[in-house]
Amino acid sequence: MKNYIKTISLIIFLIIFFGQKSFSEETKKLLSIDWSFKGYFGKFDRASLQRGYQVYTEVCASCHSMKYLSYRNLAEKGGPEFSKEEAKAIAASFEVTDGPNDDGEMFVRPAKLSDKFVNPYKNDKEGMSSNGGAYPPDMSVLVKARSGGADYIYSVLLGYTDPPSGVTLDDGVYYNKYMYGNNIKMPKVLEDGLVEYNDGTEASEEQMAKDVVTFLSWAAEPHLEARHKIGFKAIIYLIVLSFLTYFSMKRLWLRIEPKV
Amino acid sequence: MSDHNYVPSSKLGKWFNDRLPLLSLSAHLREYPTPKNLNYWWTFGGILTFCLIAQIITGIVLAMHYVAHTDLAFSSVEHIMRDVNYGWLLRYFHANGASMFFLAVYIHIFRALYYGSYKSPREVIWIIGMIIYFLMMMTAFMGYVLPWGQMSFWAATVITNLFSAVPFIGESITNWLWGGFAVDNPTLTRFYALHYLLPFLIFGLVVLHIWALHVPGNNNPVGIELKKPSKDTVPFHPYIVIKDLFALLLFLIVFAFFVFYAPNILGHADNYIEANPMVTPNHIVPEWYLLPFYAILRSVPDKLFGVIAMFASIFVLVILPWLDTSKVKSAIFRPLFKQFYWILVLDVIILGYMGAMPAEGTYLLIARIATTYYFLHFLIILPVLSKKEKTLPVPLSITESILGGSSDPSMVKKKEFYN
Amino acid sequence: MSDEKKPKRRDFLFTASYAIGAVGIGAAAWPLVDQMNPDRSVKALASTEVDVSSLEPGKSITVLWRGKPVFIKRRTQEEIAEARSVKLDDLKDPEKDEDRAKNPEWLVMLGVCTHLGCVPLGDKGEYNGWFCPCHGSHYDTSGRIRKGPAPTNLEIPKYEFVNNNTIKIG
Repeated sequence: MKNYIKTISLIIFLIIFFGQKSFSEETKKLLSIDWSFKGYFGKFDRASLQRGYQVYTEVCASCHSMKYLSYRNLAEKGGPEFSKEEAKAIAASFEVTDGPNDDGEMFVRPAKLSDKFVNPYKNDKEGMSSNGGAYPPDMSVLVKARSGGADYIYSVLLGYTDPPSGVTLDDGVYYNKYMYGNNIKMPKVLEDGLVEYNDGTEASEEQMAKDVVTFLSWAAEPHLEARHKIGFKAIIYLIVLSFLTYFSMKRLWLRIEPKV
Repeated sequence: MSDHNYVPSSKLGKWFNDRLPLLSLSAHLREYPTPKNLNYWWTFGGILTFCLIAQIITGIVLAMHYVAHTDLAFSSVEHIMRDVNYGWLLRYFHANGASMFFLAVYIHIFRALYYGSYKSPREVIWIIGMIIYFLMMMTAFMGYVLPWGQMSFWAATVITNLFSAVPFIGESITNWLWGGFAVDNPTLTRFYALHYLLPFLIFGLVVLHIWALHVPGNNNPVGIELKKPSKDTVPFHPYIVIKDLFALLLFLIVFAFFVFYAPNILGHADNYIEANPMVTPNHIVPEWYLLPFYAILRSVPDKLFGVIAMFASIFVLVILPWLDTSKVKSAIFRPLFKQFYWILVLDVIILGYMGAMPAEGTYLLIARIATTYYFLHFLIILPVLSKKEKTLPVPLSITESILGGSSDPSMVKKKEFYN
Repeated sequence: MSDEKKPKRRDFLFTASYAIGAVGIGAAAWPLVDQMNPDRSVKALASTEVDVSSLEPGKSITVLWRGKPVFIKRRTQEEIAEARSVKLDDLKDPEKDEDRAKNPEWLVMLGVCTHLGCVPLGDKGEYNGWFCPCHGSHYDTSGRIRKGPAPTNLEIPKYEFVNNNTIKIG
C-alpha cells in the first residue's frame, strides 16, 4: 500500500511539475486577469469578443493577419456570435481577390461568409519589408504559440516602458518589460480612447487589451466552450461508470473470494 | 498451451472452429489462468492495448483530413481543429493519447523492473517489449513532425542530424533519410507513410508479446512461479477482465482531464508556430517522454559517442535479463535491490528534467552524473547484487503468503501480496 | 437472506453497468463517424450566389455548386413555349415545365446527366435542349429527358432569386 501511495504521488508530482511551463524565461511575473474563459467552466464573454473583434479590425489588422479565421466564424456558436446578417455585412466590408474570370483576369469582389479573413499583406515578404524586417505574426493561434498564453499577450500589450538607463535601442526597436529578450519591433499601439466601442464601453488601454486578448483566445480555441461542456459530461460519466464497475468487480470476486 | 479440448456448442461453431480455431482461441483467452494476487500495476498491459487501438483509430480518422505537404500540413491541422466535425476532439485525443500511451508504458516497464518480470522464463516477452517500446518512440517522433510546427521541424532536424555522426557514411545516411539536403517536404511525406505503418507492426508485436506471455503465464507480485491452473489462479474472464476494465476507466479519467481541460499542457507552445527553416527556437525540446534519452545524448560532449550512449541506454535494458541474474524475482524479497530500484526511478526523473533544461552549467553536470549512474545501475550494481544480495525467504505459494503459512513470521503482515 | 433477493441486486448492478457502458461506447463512437460528414468549411460553400444581370435571353452560363456544374439558362419565348407545349404522356419522367421553372424565363438545373453523370452539352440534341455525348441522352428546353438511356429529368436544385440580378443556389 505504501508503495502505491509513493508511486502515485510520484506520478501526480511529475505531471504537475512538468505541467508548468518548461522553464521560465528571464521575464517578470506576467500581468494576469481573471479571464472568463479560464477554469473548468470557463466561457467567453460575448460582448468582450465583439469588442475585441472591433479592436482587432481597427487597430491590429493593418499589420497582423488571421488567416485561419473565416468571416462565418464570427456568427458561429461559441464565438462573438454576431448574427448572420451582421457577419455578412462585416465580410462585405472587405475585398478579396477572386478569379480568374472567363477573360482570364483576376478580379476583386466583396468578401462572403465563406471567405477567410483578408491579409494586410500580399505575402510574408511584403509583411517583413513593411515592418523593418520583422514579420508581424499571424494571430490565428498566437495565444497558444506563446508561453503564458493570454496573460503573456495581455502583458506585452501593456508592458511598454522607457528602457532602463544605460540601455539604448536601435531604430525601430522598442522596450517591453514582458517580451522575451525585452526588445520588440512592434511599437506601442494601445492608447486610451483609441477605439470608439460600438457598445459604448469606455475604451481604456486595459479594456482594449482585455477585449482583444479575449478575442484572440477565442480565435485560437473556437471550440473551448464545447470542449468544457463535453469534458464535464465525459468525466462525470467516467466517474459514475467507474463506481459501477468497481462494485460489479467486488461483487464478482465474491464468487471466488468469499468475505473472510 | 493447456490441453483443453474445447468443443463449440453450436454446429456452425464447430464447423468453423475446425477450419479456423478462433473459438478455441477465444476459450483459451477466457480461461487463461491468471494469478489471483495481481495488483493494479498489472492492469497496464490492458490499458496499453486500449491505447494502441485508440491511437490507431483516431489516427486513421485524422488521416482522412490531414495533408502531408509542407505548404499545407499546418493549415490542414488547423482545418481539423476548426472545421472538421469533432476534429478538435480527435486531434487533442490523438496528441494527448500519445502522452498517455507513454505514461502507461513507463508504468508497465517499471512494474516489470520491480517484480523481475523480465527474468527467466520471460526474457523473450521482455525483448519483444523493448522492440515495441523502440517502435513506439520512432512512431511518436515521426508523428510529432507531421503538424509541421517549429518544434516538429527542428526536432526532426536535430535527431536526423545525429546520423551524420556515423563515420565515413554519416552524411550520406542523413541525406538518404532526408531525401534531400535538409529536412523538407520529402522528409515529411515519408515520415507520414512510416507513422501510419509502424503502429501496425507494433500491433503484430503485441500479439507476439501476449502469445509469449501465455506460455509461462503472468508473473505476480510475489515472483514465484505458479502451477496453472490452481487454487492460486483465476480464469481471466471475468475476473481479470473486469479489473482491467476498472483500471482502464480510472486511466480514462486522467486522460479526459488532459484532453478536455489541459490539452496543450504537455506540448510546447512553439509548435503552434509554423515551421521556419531560417529561425531556430530558443530551446529545442522533445516531448516529455523522450526527455531522459535527450539528456543522455547531450551529456556526452562527442557527437558520435552521444548517439552511442543514447542507444546504449536502451540496449542495457534489452540485455537486462542477463545483467540481473538473481533467482529471486520480486523486489519485495530483495531489500537492497528495492533501494536501488527507487534510486533508479529518481535518476530517470532527474534525467528527464535535465533533458528539458539547456545543456549547460549545473544542468549539464547533473545530467552527466545521472547518465553515469544510469549505466552504473545496470552494468555494475545489478550484476553485483545478483551475486551478493542476501534475499528474504520467498513464500512457497500465494495462499501461503497471504495467510502467513510460511515459517517466517515476517510473511504474515503483507496485504500487498494480495491485491 | 433469501436467495431471490441476492441475484436480483447483483443482476441489477451488472445490467446497469452494461447499459451505462453501452451509452458511453455509443457516445465515443459518434465523433468517429460524424467526422466524415461534410465539415463546416464545406457546408459554408453549400450555397452559391450567382449574378445573372448580364445574361441575355437564349444564353446560358454554367457555375460550380457543391462541386457540380449548374446550368443557368435564360430562355427565349420560343423555348418557353416549346417546353410548355409538350404533352406529359410523351415524357419518360413526366413533369410540367411550370413546376421546373417557376419563373419561366429562368431555367436552373444540375448539369449532370441522370444516366451516369456526364455533363450534357447545351444547344444540342434533337429537342433543342441538351445532349449528353456519353450515351446519347437528349434533353428538351425544360431539361427533361426525351430520348436515350437517362431515367429522369435533369435535377432542379433548391434556388431563389434574392434580387432581380442574383440567384442563390442551395
